[in-house]
Amino acid sequence: MIYIYILVMAVTTYLIRALPLTIFKKPIKNRFLKSFLHYVPTACLTAMTFPAILYATEHMISGALGLAVAVALSLWKKSLIVVAVASCATVFIAEYLIRLL
Amino acid sequence: MKRKEFLAGMKAGMPVCVGYFSVSFGFGAMAIAQGLTIWQAILISASNLTSAGQFAGLTVIAAGAAILEMILTQVVINSRYALMSLALGQRLGQNVGTLKRLAVAFFNTDEVFALGMSRGKNLTPAFFVGAGTVAAIGWTSGTALGAVAGSLLPVSVRMALGVMLYGMFIAIVVPQTREEKPILISVILALIFSCLFTWVPYLNQVSGGLAIVICTVLAAALCAALFPVHDEEVAQ
Repeated sequence: MIYIYILVMAVTTYLIRALPLTIFKKPIKNRFLKSFLHYVPTACLTAMTFPAILYATEHMISGALGLAVAVALSLWKKSLIVVAVASCATVFIAEYLIRLL
Repeated sequence: MKRKEFLAGMKAGMPVCVGYFSVSFGFGAMAIAQGLTIWQAILISASNLTSAGQFAGLTVIAAGAAILEMILTQVVINSRYALMSLALGQRLGQNVGTLKRLAVAFFNTDEVFALGMSRGKNLTPAFFVGAGTVAAIGWTSGTALGAVAGSLLPVSVRMALGVMLYGMFIAIVVPQTREEKPILISVILALIFSCLFTWVPYLNQVSGGLAIVICTVLAAALCAALFPVHDEEVAQ
């Protein structure tokens, strides 16, 4: 039974991803739709990151610090991995300090 | 598939691999706690490659709910992938065939999508699949280790690693907001909507996956209406 659940889960997830990619092959001509898709990636990533990042850590303040460090370094045009590792390290150190206090 | 592009994708996917490893570690441990076997946990991660969808799916399995409920849960939580796939398909362009699209679709996760989009017009299926393969390896092996070891890493380390993925998103979004004003506005709008769906009563009852879809659609539609792009600006 569990395997049926897993199969249904995998097929559903795949179809959600595959259908829009294979059905709409031709460039979309509609200007509104084109513009809409232009703004989807950054809007989507933003909605996923905030405020979720504040709840990803034990204390909200460390998540907020990790966010601040990541934004600052990105404004400074540091590479993906530098930003990611720095915000990780910030959270780890912040959580450690909070536990000491 | 071009080898060089595939390798470039693998390299770009490394931080995702590390981030996924830590998140899926938690998934593996949780699956065992819910009564699944190690192989079932690994099978779920290898065949689904989603975070929120899998965690929710686990709840459905544990509750012994109807198959229809499994389908509905996955559709709601993963509907954002439909939007991403649509954007991705436009970016890849007309010349990319169905088989390659089917391969790309499997690896379309939040993070791999973000990596792919950060390549702009130079995005190739090989790059995407390369990044996705590394990510899938991290995701599946993390699940395996989590299932076997329960909780090897201290919670503090796991939690910090979980932030890695958010750090990556930020590194992708922020530089673009400096180059294009409308992008900055789309980000601010998404930020506001996302906060509303987290903190306003009733709105915060909407499931996380669906809330992301609503926030994205509202922000992107508003910006599309206010700042329609010119043809040459739109990356194909």
